[in-house]
Order: sequence, then structure tokens, then C-alpha cells
Amino acid sequence: MGKLRLFFVKEGRAAYISHLDLLRTFQRVFLREGIVLRHSQGFHPHPIISFAMPLPVGQESDCEILDFETNGDIDTAALPARLNSGMPEGIAALACAEPVLPVRELAALSCKVDLLYDSCVPSGAAEKIAALLGGGSVVIQKRTKHKSLADVDIRPMIRDLRLEEAPGVLRLYAVVSAQNPGLNPALLAAAVEKYLPELSPDFVRVRRLAVLDGSGASFR
Amino acid sequence: MDRRLERILPKVQKPARYVGGEYNAVMKDKADVDVRFAFCFPDTYEIGMSNLGFRILYGVMNDMPGVWCERVFAPWTDMEAELRGNGIPLFALESGDSVADFDIIGFSVGYEMAYTAMLNMLDLAGLPLRSADRPGLSPLVVAGGTAMYNAEPVADFIDLALIGEGEDQLPELIELYRRAKKEGWDKPRFLRAACRIGGVYVPSLYDVTYHKDGTIAAITPLDGAPERVYKRVVHDMDKSYYPARTIVPSTEIVHDRVTLEVFRGCIRGCRFCQAGYVYRPVRNRSVDQLIQYGQEAVRDSGYQEMTLASLSTSDYPGLVRLCDGLSAFCEDHHVNLSLPSLRADNFSMELMQRLQNGRKAGLTFAPEAGTQRLRDAINKNVTEDELTESLKTAFSGGWNSVKLYFMLGLPTETDEDVLGIAEIAKHAVHTWREYASNKNRGLRITVSTSWFVPKPFTAFQWEAQISREEYERRVKLLREAITAKAVTYNWHDGDTSFLEAILARGDRRLCKVLETAFRKGAKLDAWSDCFDLNRWLEAFAECGLDPAFYANRERSRDEIMPWSVISCYVSDQYLWHQRELAYRSVTTPDCRTQCGGCGASCVEGGECYRG
Ligand code: SF4
Ligand code: SF4
Repeated sequence: MGKLRLFFVKEGRAAYISHLDLLRTFQRVFLREGIVLRHSQGFHPHPIISFAMPLPVGQESDCEILDFETNGDIDTAALPARLNSGMPEGIAALACAEPVLPVRELAALSCKVDLLYDSCVPSGAAEKIAALLGGGSVVIQKRTKHKSLADVDIRPMIRDLRLEEAPGVLRLYAVVSAQNPGLNPALLAAAVEKYLPELSPDFVRVRRLAVLDGSGASFR
Repeated sequence: MDRRLERILPKVQKPARYVGGEYNAVMKDKADVDVRFAFCFPDTYEIGMSNLGFRILYGVMNDMPGVWCERVFAPWTDMEAELRGNGIPLFALESGDSVADFDIIGFSVGYEMAYTAMLNMLDLAGLPLRSADRPGLSPLVVAGGTAMYNAEPVADFIDLALIGEGEDQLPELIELYRRAKKEGWDKPRFLRAACRIGGVYVPSLYDVTYHKDGTIAAITPLDGAPERVYKRVVHDMDKSYYPARTIVPSTEIVHDRVTLEVFRGCIRGCRFCQAGYVYRPVRNRSVDQLIQYGQEAVRDSGYQEMTLASLSTSDYPGLVRLCDGLSAFCEDHHVNLSLPSLRADNFSMELMQRLQNGRKAGLTFAPEAGTQRLRDAINKNVTEDELTESLKTAFSGGWNSVKLYFMLGLPTETDEDVLGIAEIAKHAVHTWREYASNKNRGLRITVSTSWFVPKPFTAFQWEAQISREEYERRVKLLREAITAKAVTYNWHDGDTSFLEAILARGDRRLCKVLETAFRKGAKLDAWSDCFDLNRWLEAFAECGLDPAFYANRERSRDEIMPWSVISCYVSDQYLWHQRELAYRSVTTPDCRTQCGGCGASCVEGGECYRG
């Protein structure tokens, strides 16, 4: 069987599993079910398995993507349930199918950034933050591909933004670019801390909600 | 997840080790549980999760209805600072509940250097360190593991120690606790009943008096406590629990693989080796069962590494049959089978070659001493010829990296023995020149020496550790004698071995030293970057005790040892005789060749070996 794509949730305790550890974990999860992954050719063969967009440690996601190849035939509809019997807590496979689009066409991420305020949300915070992130430019320090820090204007990477206020929490629902260049949603909070230090939250929670293609449709 | 925990996790290294939730971690409904056991490993997650004994007992306890055993590890320093800074008490990984709220807190203590981590964990749990300051039945603080053969240095902190193997004993203790809890016993009553369980040692039920010179005058049992506490052992390995379904950590640990325990005990009887004596007699698991467990464990875990573990795996009688029996399965499942702790003999080398198809990981040998005379004295029955033969096989088979382990300061060691280590290294280089199949990759020989620590329950338990200056002189002597470029020489830092020598044979007066050192910041002494001997020397000075009394003093035959209530069945007469043989460089045959009548056969009904 050729290439397959698995969609899964990563949340709760599993949010702290690093990228490399998650790779190892998935290899074992497949082996638990007796599913043999296809291996690369060459001197050090390794299983062909990769994540579309590595999730930063500590963030949660409803829409993680694992691309892999197997040797034998697989009932893709039954696969999620099979894998879930051998998962660590907090990871749950949702669906498996042949990929429709290549990973490079993954254009945007819909996400939720919770700004938590222990006493209460400062008054006027929602308006000020909406104005900041919807304004002209938002320059913050960001790691570039070459691992060095550079000042980058993240404003063009924010495609859509909606705020919602609940007791003790300000929820930013945003659509941000996924790659070339992509925006780590945590930087929305970093922007607030830089430009509106008086509105710095006590804690930030980030969750990916959906992955989108160039047309804004669900990435498959 | 606990909200406070969520706040600190982004600030610490490797947060995955503090969250639990791994595959096969046992979750239970608290409504069905009446005894909660916090199983504490006084070291990091990566070390603790690599310990097979810890996994076995976790499984044994969680198989008991109504009992929930959860894991607790020592936090690394960054996490500790966050926990303390935010007022978060030490918690168990499964439920996230505070350790102080458990019924029983049980420590698995394999080495003396973990003692301060124990204290730190009690302190992080918000509990008083001393047993006397915890008057209630719960939480009960117990400790087991190899270090507990001499529990005296922690006698004031624990309520009781479990001597020997815990598979049968721990459930008995838990059942007694369950009854005590139901019937509302107080702690003294519980302890008086617990000391009647085989292998349970309750330090507070023994009164220790001292002579003027600091040696022990008498140890008197109180309240009907037994005169001697005999270790517990598992008699039939085939009937004992094996964790075929076990936790697979979601983050990398030290030994991240399936570990098959092929046997317990060791037939060799090296005279310095505590494990060799206290785990007697040898008990094998059957080949068929091992093959079955190996397959089950690989299927369940998804691991692609399997190791055959024991104190000396080449001595397993069915080793070839076992490897043959596993090899087809391992090949099918792309599982790499490895054999640690091999002897330097031909048989082992052939096996290595067959197993390591293609992979030439480093080889390790432990001749322990530099001359045949001293190897005979310590009863390490490896000859130089055997070592050379093994190296020949290895080098011609394509290996080019060898590690050689030795000890400095063994009883009767002379400069000739020290220089003999350099000779062995030189020989190894010659052997490589002559036999290496591939010289292009160059040769790497690593010689490592540690500083000999006399341990209780060994033939050398009466010996003095050589002085610091003398140890350093011997290191220098050897360093200057090792000239070949291909040979790297590593020697152990002396501070750790010195403290080990103190703690290993310490009496209960050390409790106050331990507590003082802990208050001065000692908490992860097993880690060299956290360890500082000065804290300890200060603590000794403040407590008015002399470290040399413990480390560098030879004991007389009739001295009462601090651990003399405990018995591992091997008699003192036997150990003393072994010591005398050592001074004459006379070897003792291994248990399979000839029984030496050490006393351990008592546990097996008078017969150690049946075929
Ligand atoms: S071979 Fe010697 S050193 Fe190794 S475990 Fe056995 S007795 Fe101890
Ligand atoms: S009783 Fe004999 S065979 Fe058994 S452990 Fe002791 S010396 Fe070895």
C-alpha cells in the first residue's frame, strides 16, 4: 500500500511529548498492532513516517497529521480504532486516508490562543488586542530557519482574528499561515506581552483547531 | 491535569517525565481502591523507569485488587525549584495526587548515593523526615532494594525495611496494612505485627549501644522483634511475576527496551561483589518461558530492542537454546537482541558474533584486577589467556573499540598489580595489531578504574578502604604507565567512592549526618554535578563523627556489624573463610562446579543445584 495520512489529537498529558519522542512513540504504536512501516533504502534504513507540522511542546491540537507508508494492505477505516488501543493517554487517532494534497499545500492553521488572567480580564483588553493584531505591523523577535533571532513583522501572517471573552480568559481564535513563513500561534501572545505589557496574561494555552488548504477548506 | 503543574511544566527541561499517562500506566478508580501505594524511586524518571525490579513490583502490586500502586521519581533540580517555589507538593504520576496522602510510601533503594534523594522526596512531599515525627499509621514509609541490606544509615527515617526480593513479601505487608487500617491500629501496633513477616526489619524495634571506641556493644531486639531477619527470595522463577505488559515511556529513558531476566543470583562468588552474595542462590527461568515472555513483551510494547539481563548472562545454562529460540522471531520483527554482562570467554564471544550481525557496538570486559594473583585473590576467575582469546576474536571479527574495567585499592593490591593493568592494555594493543581485520578505523581502548568500596555481606566487609592519598598515588602510577596512544584512561572521582564506603557500612548514628548533609543541600548525590563532598565533611564535623572510622578502618572478626540483625543466609564463617582464601590467593570454584556450603542453600531447602 502506498502513502497514507493519519489525523490525530494531541492533548492533556501528551502535549508534553516532544517531536522526536512522538516519532518513536508512533513507530511503536504501529508495531503493537503488527503494522510494518515501509523503510527507506540505504545504509541506515528508517521507517518512512513524518509529521506534517511539528507541534511545539506544551501546545494541544485537534488536527495533527502523520504521513506514513506501509508494506501490506490496510483497512484505513479500521485503523484509528486499532491504533488507539495502544496509545499513550492524550493521543487519539481520528481518521486515516490517502493524502489528497501534498504537505507543501498546507496553507493555514486555525487555532485558539487562550490568554489566562488569574484575577480577571483587564477591561478593554479585547479591544486593545484586536486593534494591535489587526493593525499595521506587529514586529517581534522570531526564530528564523537558520535558528537565529530576527525581527519579523507577523501581521501579514495573521489571516483572521476573532476574540471572545469569558471569565478569566480572553480567547483569540485566529487563522495564521502555516508555512513559508509560518506563524507559531504562541507569538500572538508574545506580541501582546511586547506591545501591551499591562495586558500580559498569567498563562497562555495554545490549541490547533484545524489545518486548511490555500482555499481555506479543510486540508486533507 | 493540575493547573499549577501546567504553569510550571513549560519552564523545566524534559517535561514529559513529570506527566505520566504512558502506554500501560495503570489507572484505577479510587472508589475501588483501599490501599494506595506511592512507589518512589530516589533518582530521575529515566533511571527509575529503566529498573526492572521497579517494573516487576509495580505490576505485582497493581495486580492486587483494591491496591493502586503509582510511581514517583525524584525531580531534577529545575523542577524541584519550581515545585518548591510554587508550593506544589511531590505528586504521583498516575493520579497526580500528593504523595503525603498515600497509605504507604515505598522507596526502591539500589545504592547508597540515593539516600539524600529519599530525604528530599519526603521533604518535597511535606512530610517530617523522621519516623518518630510521623506518629500516624499513614503514610507508612518503607524501603527495599539492595542498599537496604544495611538500612542503618536511614534507620531513623523509615518505618521499616524490606529485605530481599519483594514479590511475595510486599503483598503480605500490604494485606497486613489493609487489616490495620480497617481495624484502626496505631503505628506501634502495626510495626510489632509487621516484624513477624519474613524479611521485614523494623529498625525502631532494636536498641543499639556503643563502646567507647565507637564500635557497637550490642543490638537488642525490643517488643518481641526477631533476633535475625532473613531475606526473602523468590523460589521458583517460572512461577514468579514477569512484566510482559509494562509501561512504555513516551520519552527516552536509559534502558529503553524489553528486558528479559534470565536468572537471579550468580554462581561466581567474586569476593568483593555484594550482589553475588546477597542474591544467592542462582535461580533460572526456563528457556521456554523466556521465549514466550520475550515475544509477548515485544508484541505488546512495540520495542525493537531486547536484552537478556542477569548478573552474568553467559552463565545461563540454556543461553544458546534461548538465543536460537528467539532469533527467528527477532528477525521477523526487526528486534535487536543484545547480551550485556558477558564474560571474557570464547563461548560468549561466539555468541556475540552471531547476535550482533553487522552491528559492532563497543565491547566491555571487567577483569577487575591487573594480575592473575590479584584476580585469584578476589576470585574473579578470568585468565589473561581467556581475555586475549576474546580480544582476538573481537578484533578479527571487526570490533575496534573495547572497554576494560578495573578496581584500584582491592585488598592485597600492590604496585605490581596496578602496573599489571597497564600491561593488559598494552597487550590488547598488540593483539589488535596482530589480529584486527580492519585496521583503517583505528583502535580505541578505554581503561576505567574505580576505587574499591568494601561492602557488607562480602568477603571484604571487614576491610579498610585505602586512604585517599594512596588511591590518588595508584591512579597516578597507572596513568604514567599507560603510554599507548590508542588507550584512554578514565578514573573515578574519589569523592563519590569515599562517601559510598562510609555509607555502605554505616551505623544508625549516620542518620543525623545524612539529615545535616541534606539540610546543607545534598539531594541528588548520585549525579556528579549535584554532589559535593564538602557538605558531607561539614556534616560529619558538626555531628562529631569521623568519616575515616567508617571508610578506612579495618574491622576485627568479632566486631558486631551494624547490619548483623540482617541475614542473606550466607554465613559469616563462610565470608571470613573467603577472606582468608583471598589473602592466600586461593580461588573458590563456582557454585555449579562445586558447592562451597555458603549457607544460601537453606532457602532452597538445603539444596542449591539440581542439574
Ligand atoms: S560475576 Fe562476579 S562480579 Fe559479576 S555478579 Fe557474579 S559475583 Fe558479582
Ligand atoms: S549453598 Fe553452595 S551452591 Fe548454593 S549458593 Fe552457597 S555455595 Fe553456591
